[in-house]
Amino acid sequence: MTGFVLRRLAGVVTTVAVASVVIFGALYLAPGDPASLLAGGNQPDPAALAAIRERHHLDDPFPVQYWHWLSGLLSGDPGVSLVLREPVTALIGARIGTTLLLVAYAAVLILTLGVATGVLAAVGGRRVDRALTVLTTVLMAAPAFVAAILLIWLFATTLSWFPVFGSGTGFADRIHHLTLPALALSGGYVAYVSRITRSEVRAELAADHVAAARGRGLPRWTVLRRHVLRNAAPPIVAVSGVTVAGLFAATAVAEQAFGVAGLGSLLVQSAARQDLIVVQALSLLLVTVFVVVNMLVDVLNATLDPRLAKEGAP
Amino acid sequence: MTLLQFDRLTVAVSGRPVLRRVTLDVAAGEAVGLVGESGSGKSMTVRSVMRLLPAGATVGGTVRFDGADVGALDAAGLRRMRSRDVAMVFQDPRAVVNPVRTVGDFLTEVLRDQGTGRSEATRRAAAALSEVGVGDAMRRLQQRPYELSGGLLQRVVIAAALLTGPRLILADEPTTALDTTTQEEVVAILAEQRRLRGTTLMFITHDLELAAAVCDRIAVMYAGEIVEILPAARLHSDARHPYTRALLGSRPGAVAPGERLRTVPGVPQSALTAPPGCVFADRCPHAEARCRDVRPVFTGSAACHLLEVL
Repeated sequence: MTGFVLRRLAGVVTTVAVASVVIFGALYLAPGDPASLLAGGNQPDPAALAAIRERHHLDDPFPVQYWHWLSGLLSGDPGVSLVLREPVTALIGARIGTTLLLVAYAAVLILTLGVATGVLAAVGGRRVDRALTVLTTVLMAAPAFVAAILLIWLFATTLSWFPVFGSGTGFADRIHHLTLPALALSGGYVAYVSRITRSEVRAELAADHVAAARGRGLPRWTVLRRHVLRNAAPPIVAVSGVTVAGLFAATAVAEQAFGVAGLGSLLVQSAARQDLIVVQALSLLLVTVFVVVNMLVDVLNATLDPRLAKEGAP
Repeated sequence: MTLLQFDRLTVAVSGRPVLRRVTLDVAAGEAVGLVGESGSGKSMTVRSVMRLLPAGATVGGTVRFDGADVGALDAAGLRRMRSRDVAMVFQDPRAVVNPVRTVGDFLTEVLRDQGTGRSEATRRAAAALSEVGVGDAMRRLQQRPYELSGGLLQRVVIAAALLTGPRLILADEPTTALDTTTQEEVVAILAEQRRLRGTTLMFITHDLELAAAVCDRIAVMYAGEIVEILPAARLHSDARHPYTRALLGSRPGAVAPGERLRTVPGVPQSALTAPPGCVFADRCPHAEARCRDVRPVFTGSAACHLLEVL
């Protein structure tokens, strides 16, 4: 098990290292001159441009620039935003709490509603199954921004249950503000997790060991919990893990639509104003979160089913 | 005293017949072997005792366990029967033991459900493992099924079956999935333990010799019907039904070494395609006109028109 965790950890470090080169390289190759952007004016003075290039190491070869950037990141100082003139750490620090809360809120919705409806569809009989299939199809087909518009129209403008805009202050108020964004964000994923849960539970229900457990006179609920759900859990956890890890990037749409100041909207805005340093730092942060969450899911799955931790297992 | 009674048990799955008027009494403490080709209805017969039939099965006739009609049990009664009175040993231990839980979980969960404390359940599970010849029981309880060999895992399944002190054990080809060297051991353990406890046994197998060695009586099934019932000790001398004789004739020991093995001519029939008369008429070397048209009545020990002649 320790070896398994170490191997996964090495995989995480490798993935993040490769991603850092790709992210930095892609933006290095992207069109546009950061120096003229930094200078701000329409007709920048060549001497001032040269000074800016000097200060930001823009004339150095790619590996040197990359090393400057990386060592800054590793020492905890990714630099200062080119546009907002604020440290990137401060920009991220001010928003990460909101995004974490939004992602956690959406993750709770996805896991509880997705797994519950999936199990219900698998064991609740044909009518329940049909109704839930229709519901999940609709949810899957509706993109987050469409869901956002509908939710705003129904719950914010028509019923006035939830605010249309902003992040709120204090825990209860923030939850109140984040409810609609979380719903918009989670809709399609709830349907996805629900479908996966349904098919995994169905497959387990047909397994011989489940019939044997019933044949041993165990109560229906015990069989469902200890033999069906327990065995269906690894694939559901794996899919949910990827989904939740992807939420950090997916928050962009929901945060923009509901005017929530989080990392997603910061990424969109920074990309729009060519704020390379922020985009680079945020991209790498998102990649890191994604692979770390996935690693945690792998480790959790290996404790659920130790066969997965064996050498050579997928 | 009759513990288990099949009375004209007829089962159809999605309208296709799989068992036809199976009638058999099993006395308390007795071991009855069910033999026959694949698809002859052996598994369906024992599964109907537990009401473990596939979805869409319709049942006619009755199965009585200790006088009570199994088909009429409510959910609680069925659970009580499954967890306390009847235990089943299946063909493939890999398939029936939950792969992600420990051997200890598998052994103790029924006891725990019945209200036994954790340490007491573990102690009894370890004792049961020792009784079926599994050494190092405490370590085995911590292991998972994939860490055990097939033979060892089948012993675990047998230990689980014995653990709740059932009055009847249903063993559905318990050695078919095991390699030949462990088959004998596993059967010997099952037979010995059930004899020690006086547990009634229904033992399904393809192997006539094995059935004769383990059981008191043999019931031969063909196409969803029991065609002959006879004491195991008199299997070779008293077999009268042409199908039983054909089976006995196709054992490897029935011909001299080097000679070609004999087979039962024709292909096995399912209950679905069985002719209106005797189910074996199409493959029977002695069949007469009445065999094809008139269904033989089970008289004495076999269902055959030609018992007096043969």
